[in-house]
Amino acid sequence: MKNGNQLKRREPLTDTQLLLTITICIFVAMYALAMIFLGGGFLRFQQVFDMLNNNAALIIVACGLTIVMIGGGIDISVGGVTALVVMSCIVHMNNGGSIFTAALMAIGIGLCFGLAHGFLISYLEIQPFIITLAGMFFARGMTTIVSLEPQKIAHEGFKTLMKTKIEIPWLGYIAKKGNLIPARMEIGVVIALVIVAIVFVMLKKTRLGRNFYAIGGNSQSALMLGVNVKRTRFYSYLISGLLSGIAGFVFMMHTGAGNATNAAGAEMNAIASSIIGGTLLTGGVGNVIGTFFGVLTLTTIKAIVPASGLTKPWWQSITTGGMLCFFIVLQSVVLSQRAKKKAKAKEAAKG
Amino acid sequence: MQNEVVLSMRGIDKVFPGVKALQNVDFTLRKGEIHALMGENGAGKSTLIKVLTGVYTKDAGTITIEDTEVAIRSPQDAQKAGISTVYQEITLCPNLTVAENMFIGRGNYVTVNWKDMERKATEILDNLGIPARAKQQLGSCSLAVQQMVAIARAVDMECKVLILDEPTSSLDDKEVAMLFGLMRDLKQRGVGIIFVTHFLEQVYEVSDRITVLRNGELVGEYEIENLPQVELVAKMMGKELEELSDLVRDDSEKEDTSEPVYQAQALSSAACTNPFDFAIRKGEVNGFTGLLGSGRSESVRAIFAADRVTGGNVTVDGKNVKIQKPIQAMKQGIGYLPEDRKDDGIIADLSVRDNIILALQVMKGFFRPFSQAEAEAFADEYIKALEIKTASSETPIKSLSGGNQQKVILARWLLTHPKYLILDEPTRGIDVGTKTEIQRLVRKLAEEGMSVTFISSEIEEMLRTCSRLIVMRDRHIVGELRGQELTQSNVMRTIAGGVD
Repeated sequence: MKNGNQLKRREPLTDTQLLLTITICIFVAMYALAMIFLGGGFLRFQQVFDMLNNNAALIIVACGLTIVMIGGGIDISVGGVTALVVMSCIVHMNNGGSIFTAALMAIGIGLCFGLAHGFLISYLEIQPFIITLAGMFFARGMTTIVSLEPQKIAHEGFKTLMKTKIEIPWLGYIAKKGNLIPARMEIGVVIALVIVAIVFVMLKKTRLGRNFYAIGGNSQSALMLGVNVKRTRFYSYLISGLLSGIAGFVFMMHTGAGNATNAAGAEMNAIASSIIGGTLLTGGVGNVIGTFFGVLTLTTIKAIVPASGLTKPWWQSITTGGMLCFFIVLQSVVLSQRAKKKAKAKEAAKG
Repeated sequence: MQNEVVLSMRGIDKVFPGVKALQNVDFTLRKGEIHALMGENGAGKSTLIKVLTGVYTKDAGTITIEDTEVAIRSPQDAQKAGISTVYQEITLCPNLTVAENMFIGRGNYVTVNWKDMERKATEILDNLGIPARAKQQLGSCSLAVQQMVAIARAVDMECKVLILDEPTSSLDDKEVAMLFGLMRDLKQRGVGIIFVTHFLEQVYEVSDRITVLRNGELVGEYEIENLPQVELVAKMMGKELEELSDLVRDDSEKEDTSEPVYQAQALSSAACTNPFDFAIRKGEVNGFTGLLGSGRSESVRAIFAADRVTGGNVTVDGKNVKIQKPIQAMKQGIGYLPEDRKDDGIIADLSVRDNIILALQVMKGFFRPFSQAEAEAFADEYIKALEIKTASSETPIKSLSGGNQQKVILARWLLTHPKYLILDEPTRGIDVGTKTEIQRLVRKLAEEGMSVTFISSEIEEMLRTCSRLIVMRDRHIVGELRGQELTQSNVMRTIAGGVD
């Protein structure tokens, strides 16, 4: 506000950009505070990498969900689909399947769910919440059918893949003994980052990407403007399904074990991340970079809480809930202030 | 340039089950002219526009664009034929930028070349003098500018025919002037513009020709200079000025100096932005009249606080009161029967009885329910009094005819014993017999001391029922007629603004 004159020639931020800026600022501020007051692990770059290593799958799932939410929908089946993929792939590989066929399987399962959701929601016009809720139950049920017992990966090739880490020496730190411990990043993180980049470009630069925003902003208008609303909506669920499948594979690369309760609550964490990242549940506004920072913010909160002495498990949920509420209130206050300012400017122009 | 015909519609018929919406209608649009399409509610204006834009398919007739006959089966066909439409509600996406709104859904590109798109958009906006920037979020523009962006999109699609459907209904004067500037500019460029509006003065400000429709039939096409406003109003309403025999009313004017039951000063609401003064006395039936869109419904809605009240002083029985919400109006003894029965009035799946006791229940509070017997007694009393034709009081209201539904809503309000009852189009869409019944009922209620405001699109009905008429035009009160002044020709003259 202070340097309004300086910025006069620049366009005011769009709602999407504004919410993204808020998210990044809050993340940076929170992380900086953690570094100052808590120190310890937060001072090492490995902390960020660990956060990414542990949440690569969540980032991928949240990317898909962001697309669906920008298009004005919701997909709560993502966690279930991820779990089903994990279990299926492990059983497949333990019974002599190759890594390649397992990857195809992951993508295939994801696409099947995306296809079914997309078709039912777009072309039969059924409520997305109900359909994906059904999808979630279905996927969870299937997971138990595939294997009731928890499974551990026995495939040697895959175990090597799991252990493969990218080492970046210059981001490492000197341990007490004086030897350098490089920062380590798992392959899954690379996949997640590539997906974030692809989705970012897709939303920004392609016609399909802009169409997602159009149908989420006002689907009736989008139709009048010549956008194929049904097909666009169909694609959003298809992509979300595909990304859930990939997320399942990445999840497996991190844990190496399958359990019927894998990725429990992933859909809720993904929704929370998207919202923190500035995606509106009402559709039409959002950004995948914001979602990326949303995941980091959520994880940072979860790391800060025990580090600051609140070690009881419920504090994490309570803090997360509080933060989510804070973000939503902040978003709606900022957006309504904008609308008010606009109305005032109009009044002034009239008078 | 003005003689080259760009669009010609001949012998257009459109039949809906039970209704002939259009009957042998001709319409001709020339290059570089602004052609106003006028008609009252149900005249067939919007049906004709929808036939032209491919929303409906015509049952008979031909549409020719620049000497080639075209078949228009979908909005896409219309766009291809060079017909673009800008609707009353802005059909753009507020969350996208101006440039995106201009180019989305067009062409076969896969990736978006932002720089190119923004450059092109800027060019078009500059060219047309539209005060918007390509990278601006559309939602941050005023409504008028949004409308102009929609027009810019249409122009860039090289339209030959531009349809503007009620473009000015949500704009203020300055914005209207801006829009008219753009329309004149487009006219110079040879675009044929069809202008649909309710605002008479705006028609005379920009149009070259007027085509009038009534009851789905063509009344005629006129050069603007050959058709004074009074005649236009007469043609829209279907009455020739000369043949209007001024029926003499026998109720002589009583000079009434009693305290008004309801009085408002400088009342305004979110929907009715021009503040107005209004008062009604005990036992009086008055009416708001004017063409559709003149603000008559908005005014009575402001009285009942059905829209957000933004200012004004209200006194009821001489006492200053605050009416900000419908429940406050109800507590002051004001009842309001809304214009749109389906949306605002009935609750379709509830029984006749529940619909009748609804308003009284609300006033009493939900935690003090009526006993079954009480509710039954109320319902039966009014079903009998108003002669509502229903199988029983348990029947769901949606299975009743329109007229009987209307009576149920009327009963709902009568049950609360209001001092002042507002009836907005109570007789629309119901048969003649029930209409006269309702008119008689209104007179009877007034004789019993209730004050009533009555609104109807039919002037005869208003003249029969009301003892005072408030005439509105373009959202302003332009006159008040009472006693001997209450004649059709007087009303029309006042509506048209030709009072002498």
